Amino acid sequence: MAEITLENITYVYGKGAPYEMRALDDISLIFPAGEVTGLIGHTGSGKSTLVQMLNGLLKPDSGRVLLDGKDIWEEPKNIQQIRFRVGLVMQYPEYQLFDETVEADIGFGPKNMGMDEEKIKEAVARAAEFAGLSPELLKKSPFDLSGGQKRRAALAGVMAMEPEVLVLDEPAAGLDPGGRREILGRIREYQQKSGASVIIVSHSMEDMALYCDRVLVMANGKLVMHGTPAQVFSRAEELIAVGLDVPQITRVARALRDAGVDIGLDIYTVKFAAHRLLSGREFK
Amino acid sequence: MSDIIRAEHLSYSYPGEEEGQSVQALRDVSFSVKEGEFVAVLGHNGCGKSTLAKILCMILLPGEGKLYIDGKDMTGEDVTEEDIYEGRRKVGMVFQNPDNQLVATIVEEDVAFGPENLGLPPEKIRRRVDWALETVGMTKYARHATHRLSGGQKQRIAIAGAIAMDRKCIIFDESTAMLDPHGRKEVMDTISRLNREEGITVIHITHYMNEATMADRVLVMQDGGILMEGTPEKVFSQPEKLWKAGLDVPQTTELLWYVQQAGYDVALDIFDPAACACEIAKVLKGTPHGRDNA
Repeated sequence: MAEITLENITYVYGKGAPYEMRALDDISLIFPAGEVTGLIGHTGSGKSTLVQMLNGLLKPDSGRVLLDGKDIWEEPKNIQQIRFRVGLVMQYPEYQLFDETVEADIGFGPKNMGMDEEKIKEAVARAAEFAGLSPELLKKSPFDLSGGQKRRAALAGVMAMEPEVLVLDEPAAGLDPGGRREILGRIREYQQKSGASVIIVSHSMEDMALYCDRVLVMANGKLVMHGTPAQVFSRAEELIAVGLDVPQITRVARALRDAGVDIGLDIYTVKFAAHRLLSGREFK
Repeated sequence: MSDIIRAEHLSYSYPGEEEGQSVQALRDVSFSVKEGEFVAVLGHNGCGKSTLAKILCMILLPGEGKLYIDGKDMTGEDVTEEDIYEGRRKVGMVFQNPDNQLVATIVEEDVAFGPENLGLPPEKIRRRVDWALETVGMTKYARHATHRLSGGQKQRIAIAGAIAMDRKCIIFDESTAMLDPHGRKEVMDTISRLNREEGITVIHITHYMNEATMADRVLVMQDGGILMEGTPEKVFSQPEKLWKAGLDVPQTTELLWYVQQAGYDVALDIFDPAACACEIAKVLKGTPHGRDNA
């Protein structure tokens, strides 16, 4: 499965204008196949610009984007092929949905890939089920759906192409806790089944801690930290300094140490904290 | 304190595409909100939260039941258009997407939009706009372009726009969902200051349990009705019930629940990380803890 490499990517908005802004500043990193990578950063840190580089929606001013070692901009005419392989679910589903019915909207990608009618139907049904959209919603206009349903429809539209690299910008924003767990759990499952590489952008530190193998931290267009959730969230002060936060449970672990019960500072999920705290104890 | 909002047996159904296909979004909902109160509303997607919000600020009219705004019956036979406008002026709403609710290109013009439409004299508009921007801490951005602000700043401008209308009550419909942790804190600090210092009644709809712990009272909705109601302490002390409803509890409560399941006597209604740590340390200290044994 596919691996994406960024080499010295720089991107500037409004070049030459008074509001010129360097959104990405010499970013080099690898998104390995078969991993869920979390991308966190304050608003305006460059996350959304970065994810738009991955499927060629934006072209870097300098540097290269490599998909399995091959520069995606080598033949700019074929950039559409890249978008079949690298699926991007945008932050606001309204920006992504456009067709008359949910069914047609989800089927748009497969249709452009040249699938026949029968295959498209199968792909749509599979993607809708994946995203938790009930069949009767497929005949509706995507604009008659609730916010949560729109988010699921946008996700289904990308999943229908079975991308090798799946990029999700805030896939669970606005979903209730049960819905968040369901969607993020299914994305994790897809990654494990298909071996795809998954990149999730989110403002929820708690979700990042639960679902990601690795976490990347961006600030002001630069990559400032990367590592496992345990490594990244144990650097609370630095995260807070760049406008982010740590999961609440990580704060509890710090307070516990201050109160004389040291369970370590590399705590980022409640289950893990409970395990450290209670294992080896006699249950009364 | 009098009730700013009183709802009695409210029901609402959305019309379906065909006859007889209507979807019931609210069933027999009764509750009241006191003036100056801070109420959080929780519930899974599609439970009727947003429908309720739209009824409370009279974007939608209830199918059945009674709605009183500041003591005035909005559902009576003799209610006039004038009464509805008066009600709408008292209860405002701030939405989820920061990009969907600013109408002007300059910050102070956006905040002035509402008061201008009330036909207020210019000097009064000026005073209200200045006060509103001061209250949300955005005075120095008065002449900035709205599209260049961060998400949290945009939401604070939307709040300024709402309070510039001299509202008594503001409903926040997942107004923090799209923000980064810093923006979320900015908006929550602003909301809680409005409530404490300006006495504005707050109804805050959210999926973030930590935000709900800041409220005086929590309403939990399920399938168009009210499932639970009480102080955050009372509501979050029942994690099993919330989990079953597809919701969550603050992480402090979840950890305390594990400790309680292990047989220790701890309270569940603690939301501050330091206080949670103290409670756990109190019951665990003196015995060797997990890490040493691992």
